[in-house]
Amino acid sequence: MQWSDTGIVLSARKHGETSAILHVLTEQHGRHAGLVRGGASRTRRGILQPGNELSLAWRARLSEHLGTFTVEAGRARVAAVLHEPARLAAFAAACELVDSALPERVPDVTGHRAFRALLETIESDDAWPIAYARWEFALLAALGYAIDPTGADVPPFLAGQQAPDDPRGRTAAVRAALDLTGAHLPNALADHKARLPARARLVDRLARQSS
Amino acid sequence: MSRSSATKELDQMDANNPGSGGGDLDRLMQLLARIPGLGPRSARRAALHLLRKREALLVPLADALTRAATNVRRCGVCGNLDSADPCAICRDERRDPSILCVVEDVADLWALERAGAYRGRYHVLGGTLSALDGVNPDDLAIPGLLTRAKSEEVREVILATNATVEGQTTAHYIADRLVGTDVKVTALAHGMPMGGELDYLDDGTLGWAVKSRRPIS
Repeated sequence: MQWSDTGIVLSARKHGETSAILHVLTEQHGRHAGLVRGGASRTRRGILQPGNELSLAWRARLSEHLGTFTVEAGRARVAAVLHEPARLAAFAAACELVDSALPERVPDVTGHRAFRALLETIESDDAWPIAYARWEFALLAALGYAIDPTGADVPPFLAGQQAPDDPRGRTAAVRAALDLTGAHLPNALADHKARLPARARLVDRLARQSS
Repeated sequence: MSRSSATKELDQMDANNPGSGGGDLDRLMQLLARIPGLGPRSARRAALHLLRKREALLVPLADALTRAATNVRRCGVCGNLDSADPCAICRDERRDPSILCVVEDVADLWALERAGAYRGRYHVLGGTLSALDGVNPDDLAIPGLLTRAKSEEVREVILATNATVEGQTTAHYIADRLVGTDVKVTALAHGMPMGGELDYLDDGTLGWAVKSRRPIS
């Protein structure tokens, strides 16, 4: 079994002395895991940071095996946000959420594109908190836990309306949206009791920015 | 366990591993194989070498290991490893007490000491915030750092965490917690490494090298 694809790093955990277990969101093969030999080395560790894009080749004897990835660096997206705390927190939260919520090996080209577009927006657009909240709202719907957009507690910008123009109103709307999606997210996680510490740090940071 | 039953067990181990050097030697090789960088084969070679150099190497090594196990401990001030508490760096009065360099691990502290470019004091966090490994702020030496940073003598805190998502997330978290104190918070620069060639640099490093460019006078 083998295939080649492009993917976005969700997480990489050291395995043994030199290898790493990599989780990526690929374009054609969904969320996928594999062993990267030498993935814990100094040269490879920088490539395997959450949010970075990779060219991947996966190989295993049987399809149900973990398999091994051969990786080549694509766009080092995370380097651009490493020094910006809120954007970095958003990158980490988005990767953590995809890693915790999406099923493994279920191809979802639309989901991959939406995730990639979100990372691009976080990297380059000042209105990224709005995009992040909309992405979480859409992710819940894609996972089968859609929130009724006509509900009284749903901020209008999640129901297709424009986000508030003034920064204070916009931040308040984003906080309300994240509170709402945050209340529904545990249902969508594979482990309902799983905590999302990176997301909690993002929400905390946005709350402190607005206060 | 009585002596006779221990002897029987050793005999049994020898019977199971024909050609091995007996229980003590097996135990030595098993423990050596657990050291990072050594596998069973390297452990066997190391054990044989130690036994060949019994007086010159094995006995002094055993003595050094015993002394390290008894004496080496974490410094109660900075988290460094030393046979005294506070450690030699914290006790050294020639070091600048107004600068604290925050590092993830003792290995990072040693790296900075090897460079010889820093003469302040350190604070070892003991890791980084990690959602994947369930490491929270309470699991790191952050409260101790905040207490030290609030003391009158500290003027600057250098956040020397790794340039990874987890390292920088930890640095930003600490920087947030230091807001409101009088200390200046700085971070290490990122860019071209010494002897680095542009053609071989990764995109991220190259991007930061361009962003952090400086005038040449």
